[in-house]
Amino acid sequence: MSKKREDYEKSFWYKISSFVNDGKSFATKEIKEEKHIVEEDKSINIVPMSPWDTEEIERTGLYDSYKHWSFEGILKRAQKFYGVFSVLVCVLIIGILLYSISKLPRFGNAENPVNNEVSKRYIEQGIEETGAVNIVTGMILDYRAFDTLGESHVLFTACIVVFILLRLDSKDQKTLEEAEADDRNFEPKNDTILQKVTRLLVPPVFIFGIYVILNGHLSPGGGFSGGAIIGAGLILYLNAFGFKKTGKFFTLRLHKIISIIALGFYSLSKSYSFFTGANHLESFIPKGTPGNILSSGLILPLNIAVGMVVACTMYGFYVMFRKGGYK
Amino acid sequence: MIGLFNNLEATTAIIVFGIGFTTLMLNRNMIKKIIGFDMMDCGMYLFLASKGYIEGRLAPIVVNGITDMDAYINPIPAGLVLTGIVVSVSVSAVMLSLTIRLYRKYHTLDIDEIMMRAREEGDDE
Amino acid sequence: MDFVQNLPFFGIVAALFFGVLCSVVHRRAAEILTYLLLGFEVVASVLVLQFVIRTGSSFTYMMGHFPAPWGNEIRAGIFECFTAFFFSATMLLALVGGRKHIYHEVESTKVNLYYTMACLLLSSILALIYTNDLFTAYVFVEINTLSAAGLIMTKRSGKAIAAATKYMVMSLLGSALFLMGICTTYDITGHLLMSNIKEAMAALHASGQYAVPISVIIGLMSIGLAIKSALYPFHTWLPDAHGSASVSTSAILSALVSEVYMFLLIKIFYRVIGWDVVQDNKIMNVLYLFGIIAMLMGSIHALRESDIKQMIAYSSIAQFGYIFMGIGLGTAFGMQAAAFHLFAHASGKALVFIAQAGLADANGGDRRIVALKGTAHKNPIAGLTFTVGAFSMVGIPFFAGFISKYNFATAALYSPNKIVITLVTLAISTVLNAIYFLRVVLRIYSPIEDKKPVIRSGFAFGLAVTVMAIGNIALGVFGSNVMEYIISGLKMFG
Repeated sequence: MSKKREDYEKSFWYKISSFVNDGKSFATKEIKEEKHIVEEDKSINIVPMSPWDTEEIERTGLYDSYKHWSFEGILKRAQKFYGVFSVLVCVLIIGILLYSISKLPRFGNAENPVNNEVSKRYIEQGIEETGAVNIVTGMILDYRAFDTLGESHVLFTACIVVFILLRLDSKDQKTLEEAEADDRNFEPKNDTILQKVTRLLVPPVFIFGIYVILNGHLSPGGGFSGGAIIGAGLILYLNAFGFKKTGKFFTLRLHKIISIIALGFYSLSKSYSFFTGANHLESFIPKGTPGNILSSGLILPLNIAVGMVVACTMYGFYVMFRKGGYK
Repeated sequence: MIGLFNNLEATTAIIVFGIGFTTLMLNRNMIKKIIGFDMMDCGMYLFLASKGYIEGRLAPIVVNGITDMDAYINPIPAGLVLTGIVVSVSVSAVMLSLTIRLYRKYHTLDIDEIMMRAREEGDDE
Repeated sequence: MDFVQNLPFFGIVAALFFGVLCSVVHRRAAEILTYLLLGFEVVASVLVLQFVIRTGSSFTYMMGHFPAPWGNEIRAGIFECFTAFFFSATMLLALVGGRKHIYHEVESTKVNLYYTMACLLLSSILALIYTNDLFTAYVFVEINTLSAAGLIMTKRSGKAIAAATKYMVMSLLGSALFLMGICTTYDITGHLLMSNIKEAMAALHASGQYAVPISVIIGLMSIGLAIKSALYPFHTWLPDAHGSASVSTSAILSALVSEVYMFLLIKIFYRVIGWDVVQDNKIMNVLYLFGIIAMLMGSIHALRESDIKQMIAYSSIAQFGYIFMGIGLGTAFGMQAAAFHLFAHASGKALVFIAQAGLADANGGDRRIVALKGTAHKNPIAGLTFTVGAFSMVGIPFFAGFISKYNFATAALYSPNKIVITLVTLAISTVLNAIYFLRVVLRIYSPIEDKKPVIRSGFAFGLAVTVMAIGNIALGVFGSNVMEYIISGLKMFG
């Protein structure tokens, strides 16, 4: 080690290093010894095999000062720079996107590249090939059914992730009681107006939801929107009547059964459809006449399955956020 | 620049997307990040849905048996947006439940502070 | 049409269905269902691979009664089938090897949900490998993100939740950019099927129309997928996620999740944008630059880590830099080298993660490198297989890493402007890799007083790491044969 100057504190280097190091200079830095490692080393009698082995060698050199280099002094200065830099990056991204938008085809033009033979077949032959009056439903549930299969499973995955995070263990009494106590603010207190109005409103909401699901292939609607409406009806019922009454008919077991039946039915029926399609076999599902409710092959059962899954998932999200359990 | 005014819907969508993206990336509060993500997705779906519109035509539900291509708008972007909305809802639900768990444990919504405290406390429960 | 051609599709739908099934059964049944599914996947991909090698060309499979641009389609060739086989085998071995840790670290009522997430992750990996349609790719990218986040979150410490949050935020930024690229592509070409987009892009490139949107598309898709696969400036989520996840999760995250995004990027470059358009564009140089920086900075960060898992996580970041450097070289040789490194890295990294769990177990769970002294003597299988993995990461001959480094060096010779930087960076990076990996190997084999093997990590652990080590050595020894398959597979990939 070199000798330290007498007036070290006045030197230029000391000022720089204490500025960078937030009050302490490099030379006076304490090396953080982790105490229990040193004790463990002393208890075992070993021959040091590598330069990294013992902790007693005095720390010098580039590697060790790099290894024990503390971040805090640099961090504060870097944060301001980082903030400005990130804002610049975001503005740059928006600028590039706007510049590229200005070169894209004009809005609403019938000659755009998107209006090509793909959409032509969907519109012109959609109703006779799928049987659905609503062309978009025919497209997502018949032509491009694989995407919708993936999408229902995205919803299922999100439901499972919320369960992993928020579902309380039914065997752990203490947390269940705490959650019950926390939830008391949200439980209804037999509010007459709320309950009477809910009694009037919930049946029409359910019927409207079922109507939207069943009419997915005839008018705007479909499994996703109808399922969301039914889910909203269930949430309203829960808010008016509390967990005791709702927990009687909607339990975790019911949720699991509905998910399995609906998603299983979706996978199996679509597998049958894909298998017969790819192998150029004839599929036995009738198409019916367009315009009837019972038409368009598999689209109606799939809408029902999707609607049930979405309704259960929406209700499940609400219950998990509020309490972590279904009762 | 003229292109931007021709495509006013797309421009608005990109501006909303940009604001959402910036909020998601830079804001420190978790709830604001989730709002930013929601805005970003809304901008994205507005951009995609505006690609299907053709002036002067009807929505793609067959009326009166007319199946001519010139009577309806393009149905494909509508189908893609349907799929996208479900994805957006799922991700919002997951992010919100993460926020609930983090708040219960650390009693703060500031993600930088949470990361620093989480790094210090190590791997225990 | 052979029955074998149905197998990729069966694999994807079976994985989705088994995922739903695993969420309602008990944990042992869920585990057995997952192993059955993965076993079926491995066998099915080998059968399809044999079929494709025999016929010599890739086949497309119509999903539904309507042919391609109007319906969905999946496509299988040599490269896809080999990747599917490799990834399913790695996932099976990672789950088997880490099963003791899964049972200890995850809450007992949620173990079946862990296996649900694993099945759904497998389905999304297979769908991304086989898909021929761009929007299907986006939907399954979202399943991938959510299930990977779910795997991180099952360990319920606060650090795991915070790491999962950071992962989700960065992943969503990447997905949004990727979706923006897809929407713009749809706008200028009007197709969503990859082959049709390539024709349209070639026509647009030749005519010079929409030149700015095409560059922006390439940039958006590359940066979006690079954020999701932890390329250097966007890597900040990876060390936190690894440090607080259970062992199988770390192996799966590092070896499979990030790599399937890089596979998707290679697929997009070959099949959506087309080789001519990509080579004329300057975005490849940006990817190359990020790759070079990642190789150096990943290793530099790894040097200062004192926890072995964080060190391996930073080493992953360096290895992803290799792959992006290979993609960024802009030649077919670079792509081949990058494709081989996908497999070499997957086999080495999964092995290293599972083996270090055995070593840390011998120490009572302490993962600091200074505390790992002599643990190879206490747990000989873990020590030996960790050494095999470490040698593969460094690039010692006979192991898989050597073949890939050799490939990168020869590929660099074909891009005239980039020879010197590539070779110099490869050299520096290998030296840095050697420093931190061999340091650990020397430390775990340091002589200690009591040299008796103490820890029996269980039959499952021993079986998994042994098979992985044998696979790694096989990949190294038969590297040239595998390279031939990759080259012919990439030729039919486009």
